[in-house]
Amino acid sequence: MSTTTEVRRVTPDTGAAVRVTPSRTRPTAGRVVAHVALVVAAAAVLLPFVWMVISSLKANNDVFTVPVQWIPDPVVWQNYVEIWEKSDMTTWIKNTLILSVGVTFLQVLTGSFAAYGFSKTRFPGRDALFMLYVATIAVPWQAYMIPQFVMLSKMGLSNTLWAMLALQTFSAFGVFLMKQFYETVPEELSEAARIDGLSEYGIWRRIMVPLSVPAIASLVLITFTNTWNDYLGPLIYLRSPDLWTLQIGLKTFIGQYNADYALIMAGSVISVLPIAIVFLMGQRYFIEGIATSGLKG
Amino acid sequence: MATTTSTTAPAPAPARGARRPGARLKRRNALIGWTFVLPNFLGFAVLTLIPVIAVFYLSLTGWNVFGQAPWVGLDNFTRMLGDASFHRALLNTLYYSGLHIPLTLVASLGLALLLNQKLRGVAFFRTAAFFPYITSMVAIAVVWNMLFSPETGPINQFLDLFGIDGPGWTTSATWAMPAVVLVGVWREMGYFMVLFLAGLQTIPRELYEAGRMDGAGAWQRFWNITLPSLRPTMFFVTVILTIGSLKVLDLILLLTDGGPGQSTLVLSQYIYKKGFVENDFGYASAVSVALFLLCLVVTAVQFVINRRRQD
Repeated sequence: MSTTTEVRRVTPDTGAAVRVTPSRTRPTAGRVVAHVALVVAAAAVLLPFVWMVISSLKANNDVFTVPVQWIPDPVVWQNYVEIWEKSDMTTWIKNTLILSVGVTFLQVLTGSFAAYGFSKTRFPGRDALFMLYVATIAVPWQAYMIPQFVMLSKMGLSNTLWAMLALQTFSAFGVFLMKQFYETVPEELSEAARIDGLSEYGIWRRIMVPLSVPAIASLVLITFTNTWNDYLGPLIYLRSPDLWTLQIGLKTFIGQYNADYALIMAGSVISVLPIAIVFLMGQRYFIEGIATSGLKG
Repeated sequence: MATTTSTTAPAPAPARGARRPGARLKRRNALIGWTFVLPNFLGFAVLTLIPVIAVFYLSLTGWNVFGQAPWVGLDNFTRMLGDASFHRALLNTLYYSGLHIPLTLVASLGLALLLNQKLRGVAFFRTAAFFPYITSMVAIAVVWNMLFSPETGPINQFLDLFGIDGPGWTTSATWAMPAVVLVGVWREMGYFMVLFLAGLQTIPRELYEAGRMDGAGAWQRFWNITLPSLRPTMFFVTVILTIGSLKVLDLILLLTDGGPGQSTLVLSQYIYKKGFVENDFGYASAVSVALFLLCLVVTAVQFVINRRRQD
């Protein structure tokens, strides 16, 4: 796999760097076809989102019209007020935020800590231990969710936010991503710090953590998004309505108001919007993180 | 949680013993190494390793809602052999994977090749193509279900423009699975596109220049330079994509809930249904073992093929 540095060099500025290269001077038929393909693909990717936003601003009767009405008339902002009144949106968002922030914090902390252990310290059994992490990639969570649920229920954790916190914090992904990054940091750096009398914990905190801010940013964004969007975990573990996350709440709402299309679309926009903002702000780190580790959660 | 406190509390240990080399130093270093790994590893062991092992044990029991786990030996597995729903779920899983894997590969590689050109709007498109992948499945499923709506849905209206009478999509036993695959490809192609792009950008330009000098056309350059150079990425993507397809669950639960009838029932969903809906944990574990072995065997075969090609 490519290293972080390689990826960073090529990803963020391609748009700018590309424009000066000479090959742009030939507007051949092939290039026209390529541009058309790009536009078609962009439309295919984005139209469902466009439709979602437009429908969320329509009167319910205008959602399914023949032909499709692309500009809502009248524009019904009221949908966004109404869904707030009809559902328990505040509780759902609160629970989702607690989980997303908590899981992200714990995952970054334990993940980067363990990654330091795996890449910069030596102890017998270290590589075997890491192989265990690697091996579980091929084991889908769906294949062990049953015993996991039985076990967490026995521990009295089912139907608590703690179960979700535990479940999502210790994914192997954080360890992978951070380890990939730490391995690009030259050993001489920590060696010099050791000679200066810094303990291993000091090296982690004062050298590795500051150096790995880009990798941490990737991990933060990816973990936050995963936790925010998780549907299966909360579906299995969170039974009481006051613990529901946004995804579970929205799904239940869809079941109850299944003919209120415009309202449902408004709810969907609310659930997608925070992630869209987070993604647009940090998309560089997002894509780097995924290109580096080749994995997501 | 105990694990958090131990991570935040590591007071810098006095480094006095460090100067004396030998066994003591080694033990000390090992101890330090373990303290780094332990907080995460404990969680990982309790929440992943133990359940993975336990699923094999549970599959040999008749564990049910009453919490008793009588040993039943291989009964669950013999029951599976004669269970028509299980057969259906297995076949549907293979159907989904057989359609989803090649389509996603072609779509994501195609997009990556397109984006690797020096075109205007490439940066914007990379962001856009990735967006479905980070959007919640609940929202995606409800939007697509509306788009697929047979009578007045936008998709069938669009097909109508070309004189095509659109099918019933998620309401039709024949078309539900293709509809699910379509949404799956749409959602994941941007993600694998990013992986392919990273792979494409490691191919040295000189190779293409040399190819051009030798008079190789665009197709020949793709076939003889791009594809072979992409082999490591292709292998990695295929492995991840295969496991992802075999375990598909939330997409199905939210889009069709396995229906109509059992036309989109897949293995993971069958596990979910037997375990969490019917509380038949023993049998659900046996199906889990089947899913686990399926993933393991397919991944192992892919590794063997990959190794053989390298030689």
